Amino acid sequence: MLLEIKNLHASINGKEILKGLDLKINRGEVHAIMGPNGTGKSTLAAVIAGKDIYNVTKGEIIYKEKNLMDLSIEDRAREGIFIGFQYPVEIPGVSITNFMRTAVNEIRQYRNLEALSAAEFLAMMEEKKKLLELHSKLTNRSVNEGFSGGEKKRNEIFQMAMLEPELAILDETDSGLDIDALRVVAAGVNKLRRSDNATVVITHYQRLLDYIVPDFVHILYEGKIVKTGNKDLAIELEEKGYDWIKNELLLKK
Amino acid sequence: MPEESNGILKEVTETEYKYGFYTDIEMDTAPKGLDENTIRFISAKKGEPEWMLEFRLKAFQKWLTMELPDWAHLNIPPINYQDIIYYAAPKAKKQLNNLDEVDPELLDTFNKLGISLDEQKVLSGVAVDAVIDSVSVKTTFQDSLSKHGIIFCSMSDAIKEHPELVKKYIGSVIPIGDNFFAALNSAVFTDGSFCYIPKGVRCPLELSTYFRINAANTGQFERTLLIADEGSYVSYMEGCTAPQRDENQLHAAIVELIAMKDAQIKYSTVQNWYPGNKEGLGGIYNFVTKRGICKGDRSKISWTQVETGSAITWKYPSCILLGDYSVGEFYSVAVTNNHQQADTGSKMIHLGKNSSSTIISKGISAGKSQNSYRGLVRIGKKAINSRNFSQCDSLLMGDKCGAHTWPYIRSENKSSVVEHEATTSKISDDQLFYCNQRGIDTEQAIGLIVNGYAKEVLNKLPMEFAVEAQKLLAISLEGSVG
Repeated sequence: MLLEIKNLHASINGKEILKGLDLKINRGEVHAIMGPNGTGKSTLAAVIAGKDIYNVTKGEIIYKEKNLMDLSIEDRAREGIFIGFQYPVEIPGVSITNFMRTAVNEIRQYRNLEALSAAEFLAMMEEKKKLLELHSKLTNRSVNEGFSGGEKKRNEIFQMAMLEPELAILDETDSGLDIDALRVVAAGVNKLRRSDNATVVITHYQRLLDYIVPDFVHILYEGKIVKTGNKDLAIELEEKGYDWIKNELLLKK
Repeated sequence: MPEESNGILKEVTETEYKYGFYTDIEMDTAPKGLDENTIRFISAKKGEPEWMLEFRLKAFQKWLTMELPDWAHLNIPPINYQDIIYYAAPKAKKQLNNLDEVDPELLDTFNKLGISLDEQKVLSGVAVDAVIDSVSVKTTFQDSLSKHGIIFCSMSDAIKEHPELVKKYIGSVIPIGDNFFAALNSAVFTDGSFCYIPKGVRCPLELSTYFRINAANTGQFERTLLIADEGSYVSYMEGCTAPQRDENQLHAAIVELIAMKDAQIKYSTVQNWYPGNKEGLGGIYNFVTKRGICKGDRSKISWTQVETGSAITWKYPSCILLGDYSVGEFYSVAVTNNHQQADTGSKMIHLGKNSSSTIISKGISAGKSQNSYRGLVRIGKKAINSRNFSQCDSLLMGDKCGAHTWPYIRSENKSSVVEHEATTSKISDDQLFYCNQRGIDTEQAIGLIVNGYAKEVLNKLPMEFAVEAQKLLAISLEGSVG
């Protein structure tokens, strides 16, 4: 198993957001996590990344047989965890090329691999750009500076391709994208899909799942995963709306 | 402080300031203190002509009547000028004819600093004048430069070999009584570099002076004079380091630049004097007067500086834009960390018609440091249709440091345009988190972000310097977050 989350509780400023979340992910799988706004989807991504404003009060996250909580943010990344952010931050003056070269070589160093030379790195970058059909001069620009919404998301997918993560979590990657951008992003994710990695797609709407077909769909509601199914669950959810989940839960109680 | 923690402290500061070593060389020094005899001693040591001694003595008399300027946003502890050694020179065995005769200890020192004085080994094509404490020890590539008629030598040699040039220009841009530290330097300067580029010559090499303070209790007072004759071009770089010591050492230098008609001077500095330790103990007091004059029409002077060192920096590289259509530029990155204080900026004095100037200043403050930009843009009555653009950005790290901007603007005609922009920003937690999530640790992330922030200025540096400057920025800010 790649990732196992058991009874995870996490809070921010004393307010509990995740309230006993369980999740298992194997290599080769694509999971979708859906849910209404404010139920803890982005919190889950941030906690896995290690953002320290969140306080894990209970439960555990086991990643590649390691207790994830013991690792720093950067070591989690070096161990193969990648977060595609909903709102990627701007870093003025730092080119994507320079940013990625630093990241790739830091990760390689952690894995006791030699740093890539400038030529090797550029070759790798060209290969990934080709794979993702990125023709733009995006990589010469400063990280996310002055990027449109679509460019930011494409940049996230490009970084994902460069860092070759074992576990990629894409947080609301579809938000704010028009249909063309959505297709490009989804195509990228599909191309990077392999039997030895796993992808988690966090989304509010079903439409991204027309392009990325998940093996599992989870519904996150009030800090817990309340329902798990296959891709049909997403379609059902789209038809019936989140009230359906709410009512079902009320009935159970 | 207990000895053990003292040791730890030393270790910590040593890893951060890698030039803090001291070389044990046999030295020839003047006794401590400053009076007319000290000046006569220095002048005699250097075998100077009478006019030079007179220049010094006049400056000394002027200095005695002057007081330490107090307008800067600096807290300057009292300096005892009688407790300083004004002349310290590595003891020369005899007149040097080639590199084999340079003290191997000295060669080793410069090798440690990453500066090769061996012309055979220099591939990058940079001519170097190496100044240690009070004297120039070696100037490289003199022969190949002289084929172009370029004079590049130590100030001491210039006084002896090119007295007509030195006499004409020394003190012409920065008069002896210009300010307290300029007067002091004019009285006691010991060496420095001299450079003359003849008419129409484009200097084929980057010229560079490397300053090193080595001896204890000494002040370093070097003086650089650079003249670019009509239609010539030169790019000049200076670098500086010093051993780490608990006491403060004074550095008061002068740089004068003269650009004739259609000449261009590009002057770059990476200032890395020892900044003191984390507690603010020790470090260089850096009081420097740098000024250039664009004498002829269409001449251009460009200052680029990366300031990371020194406990106190007081420095305002300036341009007097006398020629019509002359251009002045100032690009600066000033980093302060721990207890460092910097008050730095530029003056652009527009006198010629259609003259233009640009000031780009990037301040980075961390720790408990204070970082000020101070600038003056003055446009004279006759400088019609002149323009200035100033941009002063401050980057704050942590909440115990200060960033200040003091721009002064005075325009005396209506046809000129002066623009000023200023921003203040912080490295956000979100930026650090983003970098961390990509596998980049916080120290590296800060290096990246800071270099990105300073890129506009770093891009102005010659290649040889840019890489060094980038590394330096990252090192200077080590341990500044967290």
